[in-house]
Amino acid sequence: MFYREAGQFKTSYEADQALFPIRQDRIGLGIILAIAFVVIPLTANAFFLTSIMIPFLVFALATIGLNILTGYAGQLSLGTGAFMGVGAYSAYKLTSIFPEANLILVILLSGVFSAGIGVVFGLPSLRIKGLYLAVTTLAAQFFLEWCFIRIPWLYNYNASGAIEVQQRELFGVIATGAAATPLTRYFIVLSIVIALTWLVSNVIRGRIGRQWMMIRDMDIAAELIGVRPLTAKLSAFAVSSYLCGVAGAMMVFFWLGAAEPSAFAISLSFQVLFMAILGGLGSLTGCYMGAAFIWILPVLLRVLLPSLGLSVAAETVQHLTFMIVGALIIFFLITEPHGLARLWRIGKEKLRVWPFPYG
Amino acid sequence: MKHSYLAYGLAGAIMAGSLAAPQVQAEDSIYVPLFSYRTGPFAGSGIPIANGMSDYLTMLNERDGGIGGVKIVVEECETGYNTQKGVECYELVKPKNPVVLNPYSTGITLQVIPKASADRIPVLSMAYGLSAAAEGKTFPWIFNPPATYWDGASAIVKDIANREGGLENLKGKKIGYIFLDAGYGREPIPLMEQLSKDYGFTLTQYPVPATEMQNQSSQWLNVRRDRPDYMIMWGWGAMNPTAVKEATKIRYPMDRFYGVWWSGGNDDAAAGGMDAKGYRTLNFHGVGTDFPVISDIKKYVVDAGKSQVDPAKFADNLYNRGVYNSMLIAEAIRRAQQLTGKKVVNAEDVRAGFEALDIDAARIAEMGMTDFMAPLKLSCEDHNGHNDVYVVEWDGTTWQRATDWFSPMVDVVQPLLVAAAEEYVKTNAPWPERDVPCAGE
Repeated sequence: MFYREAGQFKTSYEADQALFPIRQDRIGLGIILAIAFVVIPLTANAFFLTSIMIPFLVFALATIGLNILTGYAGQLSLGTGAFMGVGAYSAYKLTSIFPEANLILVILLSGVFSAGIGVVFGLPSLRIKGLYLAVTTLAAQFFLEWCFIRIPWLYNYNASGAIEVQQRELFGVIATGAAATPLTRYFIVLSIVIALTWLVSNVIRGRIGRQWMMIRDMDIAAELIGVRPLTAKLSAFAVSSYLCGVAGAMMVFFWLGAAEPSAFAISLSFQVLFMAILGGLGSLTGCYMGAAFIWILPVLLRVLLPSLGLSVAAETVQHLTFMIVGALIIFFLITEPHGLARLWRIGKEKLRVWPFPYG
Repeated sequence: MKHSYLAYGLAGAIMAGSLAAPQVQAEDSIYVPLFSYRTGPFAGSGIPIANGMSDYLTMLNERDGGIGGVKIVVEECETGYNTQKGVECYELVKPKNPVVLNPYSTGITLQVIPKASADRIPVLSMAYGLSAAAEGKTFPWIFNPPATYWDGASAIVKDIANREGGLENLKGKKIGYIFLDAGYGREPIPLMEQLSKDYGFTLTQYPVPATEMQNQSSQWLNVRRDRPDYMIMWGWGAMNPTAVKEATKIRYPMDRFYGVWWSGGNDDAAAGGMDAKGYRTLNFHGVGTDFPVISDIKKYVVDAGKSQVDPAKFADNLYNRGVYNSMLIAEAIRRAQQLTGKKVVNAEDVRAGFEALDIDAARIAEMGMTDFMAPLKLSCEDHNGHNDVYVVEWDGTTWQRATDWFSPMVDVVQPLLVAAAEEYVKTNAPWPERDVPCAGE
């Protein structure tokens, strides 16, 4: 009823292969984009933009990166945080070596370094898989974190060992540093994340993405019908690390403003992994849902619990947040182990046949 | 499929409820947010500090009705010593017009320095944070009294030299430096390297990553191998008790083991038991309860049930440091009221209040803090004061004063501070020029 596809005929291959073949999806996407580009900038305050929307978008992109590797290509990784760090540090080095370079270019280029390192640490995936591979990516996490601490060149010999983002302009508008307005930073992050998501969704539907999924579902069978595991696995590592690198660069440049090596610790890898699992492995929409759930919910609980009029101490709020978020994660995973994306898909099916339960 | 409806409902309810508007602050009060951490791996050090900070301000509200007749609204924001959460706290309190920020973490301070300078909110990073922020000409909005990390490091070296019979006797000595491998622990390294060059001692470094704080056996194995003549520790949170315990385990002579003021919690030293006897740390405020101000806190706050402090830990070393921190905030607000004649002061006024801070012996006595603190005077150029410090020694159960107040090597520290401030401006270009007039002159 609400979600009826009847009457939507496709008369060309282009229409049949479109990213969103159903009209309701296209309208829905249009509404979401309108909210993101028009409604939020017009109505949101600085806190909402800087502490909710920007981190949410950054995490969504990082989750997409991990999801490519884990959800689509079936390679378990625990090194997401470190790959984000590679992106952040290379963006920092690039902008300090080439201060005049276009900021967007710097951000997008920083992912290339991350992709390169991702490929190197992806090499073991040709021989091992599953938990064993997770352990080698864990090694990447520890090794890269060690590099961020121990190689002073990476942070320009800064006494505090942190990278501090300088003020940079984009088309005459201050885009990074303390003087940049939240709105500018939000628009840049939003545009990059949406553009990359669109790009990735096309890659996934194409030849490369299908190879990843074949490798994931059964690598020997895939090899037998002509998929080269070397290119498939390494391209998954490259694309995944690229996205994580860009997310890491944006995390430091547009959200935090400065970062210590500890910002890219293993806890960040886990945070992104939870987002991917909870959102739904092998789904791009799920990445956004997972990121929203894990990042936004605690922030909201923290703002919400005191404003309910309950006089609770700051640390009690923190403990409660841990408990509530933990309980909700368990609850969601029990009711729907395939994540929020699957819940959404079930919802769509229901709406399609509403009001009749069985179509 | 009933479950998924339930899930939808729950998610929807949470999302809808969260749209409630944040509360609004009253017009006739002064809002002082305290960034604290009572959770996470640094809670061991964070809890006593947080208690001391909020109890002193609560005491002023209860005893005097606030500062100059204006109530102080104290609100804690839990950071967990996590920089991401710290930035979130910053954004959360900013719309409520805070008059001063206390990041209480070197990592968060580093993040907040450029933001607060642009948003014109003073930051009090009491004896932590960026040492170079002492340069008021470069950092008009940042204050780090009463001493910088570099003052602390030089003071420890000075005390070592005193015991060795002079700075020239440091030649050929070996000093170990064990530190939390983060911005906080790395901050003193440039100064320590400078001093080792100037006085001819060897500096060996033992970094402890934050994730390995409670597992320092490899570092202490190296200490046992290297046999440094003295050990200096820059630890915080769970790192301190572990280090003290490990030091006693390898039978390191505890009276040659120094901590900076942040490594001097009662729980930190107590972890080593009676074996930790002799462990020394720097200090810049009184220890114990024998001060009128502490009895006032006991009377108006703790006994009245308005404090979260565990009675057994009342007025321990870090608690008193929290009191010192809040005293600085309160005095800056009071000075701002004097300067402007207003009762409800704003962030700009309090910035001026900090800059014109002049706490002399008479004022100290008036606050009931005689012997608790040394006089403190800040100025337009000097946002630190480079105050005197002293060494306390652990006697197995409490901290005992081991030396008189003495001055750090300000002459060595000052040129480094100037150079570091210039370096900071260069790497963070374009750094805003100072555009606020000098206060109180």
